[in-house]
Amino acid sequence: MTQTIIVIIYLFLLLGLGYLSGRLFRGNSNDFFVASRSIGPVVLFMSIFGTTMTAFAMVGSTGESFRVGIATYGKIASSSALIHSACFFMIGLPLWALGKRNGFHTQIEFFRSRFESSKMGYLLFPILVGLIIPYLLVGLMGAGSVMQGVTRGAFPELFTSTGGAVPPWLTALVISGVVLYYIFAGGVRSAAWANTFQTVVFIIMGFIAFVTISSKLGGMEVASKMADTAKTIRSGNITELQFFSYCLIPLSVGMFPHLFQNCLTAKSAKSFKLTLIAHPIAIMLTWIPCILIGLWATGAVMPDGITPVIPEGASPNAVLGMMVGKLTTPIIGGLVTAGILAAVMSSLDSQFVAVGTMFTKDIVVHSFGAKRFSEKQLVMLARGFICLIVLVTYLFTLAEPRQVFSLGIWCFSGFAGLFPLVFAAIYWKRATKAGAYAGIIGGTLMWIVLFQASGFGADKEYSIGGTMPVVPIFFTCAISLIVVSLFTSAPSQSTLDKFFTKKA
Amino acid sequence: MKSLAIAFMFVLFVLHQDFWLKDNGTLVMGILPASLAYHMAFTFLAAIGWYFMVRFAWPHFSEDDEEEGVES
Repeated sequence: MTQTIIVIIYLFLLLGLGYLSGRLFRGNSNDFFVASRSIGPVVLFMSIFGTTMTAFAMVGSTGESFRVGIATYGKIASSSALIHSACFFMIGLPLWALGKRNGFHTQIEFFRSRFESSKMGYLLFPILVGLIIPYLLVGLMGAGSVMQGVTRGAFPELFTSTGGAVPPWLTALVISGVVLYYIFAGGVRSAAWANTFQTVVFIIMGFIAFVTISSKLGGMEVASKMADTAKTIRSGNITELQFFSYCLIPLSVGMFPHLFQNCLTAKSAKSFKLTLIAHPIAIMLTWIPCILIGLWATGAVMPDGITPVIPEGASPNAVLGMMVGKLTTPIIGGLVTAGILAAVMSSLDSQFVAVGTMFTKDIVVHSFGAKRFSEKQLVMLARGFICLIVLVTYLFTLAEPRQVFSLGIWCFSGFAGLFPLVFAAIYWKRATKAGAYAGIIGGTLMWIVLFQASGFGADKEYSIGGTMPVVPIFFTCAISLIVVSLFTSAPSQSTLDKFFTKKA
Repeated sequence: MKSLAIAFMFVLFVLHQDFWLKDNGTLVMGILPASLAYHMAFTFLAAIGWYFMVRFAWPHFSEDDEEEGVES
């Protein structure tokens, strides 16, 4: 009960923040979509970091560490520390400059212009939205699992089917509603403010959970000694080839539509400097506590010294919620749960704004012309589409759940598979329209085939020739793009002048 | 310095594959498994590497691009 009250207070705080930033909202679509390109270094860093860290980083990492051990940090977090910043440097900065110079609001506007193809947007739009849905799903599923774990037994008469815990469908519904409220109030500016606040909250709460849980287990040394020794090494949990091929997955940030939009909000190029340097450290501060909690969960026992904290057969998604629920006080449990929900919501908000922006700019305005709609109507259209996507995602949460980590990896693999497209668009003058189509279609078809073959993420060990599925997806896209580009006409000189004349 | 900063990033990428620690379950300071401690140090080095990139390999932008947007 206490945990639920704390979470409710936190959600009201967010609603208040949404109301405040809404009062600064200038009412026009430029402010709703890119905050009038006015975000400084600190808010930009917090916003980008908060967006990239979702339930995947907290619920997913803890569950995966419980399942396969500490290799989880090396295979995805430390590689992200290097590669995410590389993407901001090599992709984010040039895109920011090109976006500012040419007035782009979305990735699709950029690709349409770079590859001289209006129709390309109609191909990319469903693919990008289709890949964002699993990402949203990861957030909602993660939030539901944690809330269920920490509130077990709190409402025995109200929620009989979940053992008295707040059911995942209710958590998903409530946090979707809260995020919708604050982004509707102030668009991407609200999202940036809320992300800044929530990033601070989830890093602090993650640390509090870590300290409290280790103390309850008898200290960090005792907790680590109790852990399953098989999970303290890489061997037996992941092959060298899988570990190496995981390095491609962080490239996904180069293709996330919401991060593209985050980058466009920057006030100047200098705003990115803090993000590049601080992002790796922030990743570590978020992930290490979760990885250790997951590791400790493999051997943790209740104060009776016999009963395992995590019962046999428990879902990896439930590990963090159970560790927090069983090994902390109700007040700390509530604060930590609020922190986990903060991580989830700080990604959902940017993703919601991004899908709304893409629909409005890339489909509606592009098809019917900007003059046909007033600024207010454009914002309303964005909000309507966001509601539709939230509804679709919400319905997916009611289906058979997947492991948060596994579903997240599939989503990131899809975006990372399309990375050659954005890289070639910025750095390879010879990349052509036909090449881009070949890359998009090839990469996407490969993703669909492999995702289906893995039972839509149900087979957690699915690999191709010992490598992660991202490898064939990435190379299908890259090879198709390169080969077809070399056999088709180069882009026009005016396009090359627009994208390559000025050094970016 | 720019070349050195870029070379450092490539060295880091190679160092990420810590195959020599794959069977090492030693707990550093009694808490951190060796490979996890290594990757924490790696993360620090990545941040330092990006500091050098920002300091010595920052790209040139035109004056128009550098002009700041509206104050938030």
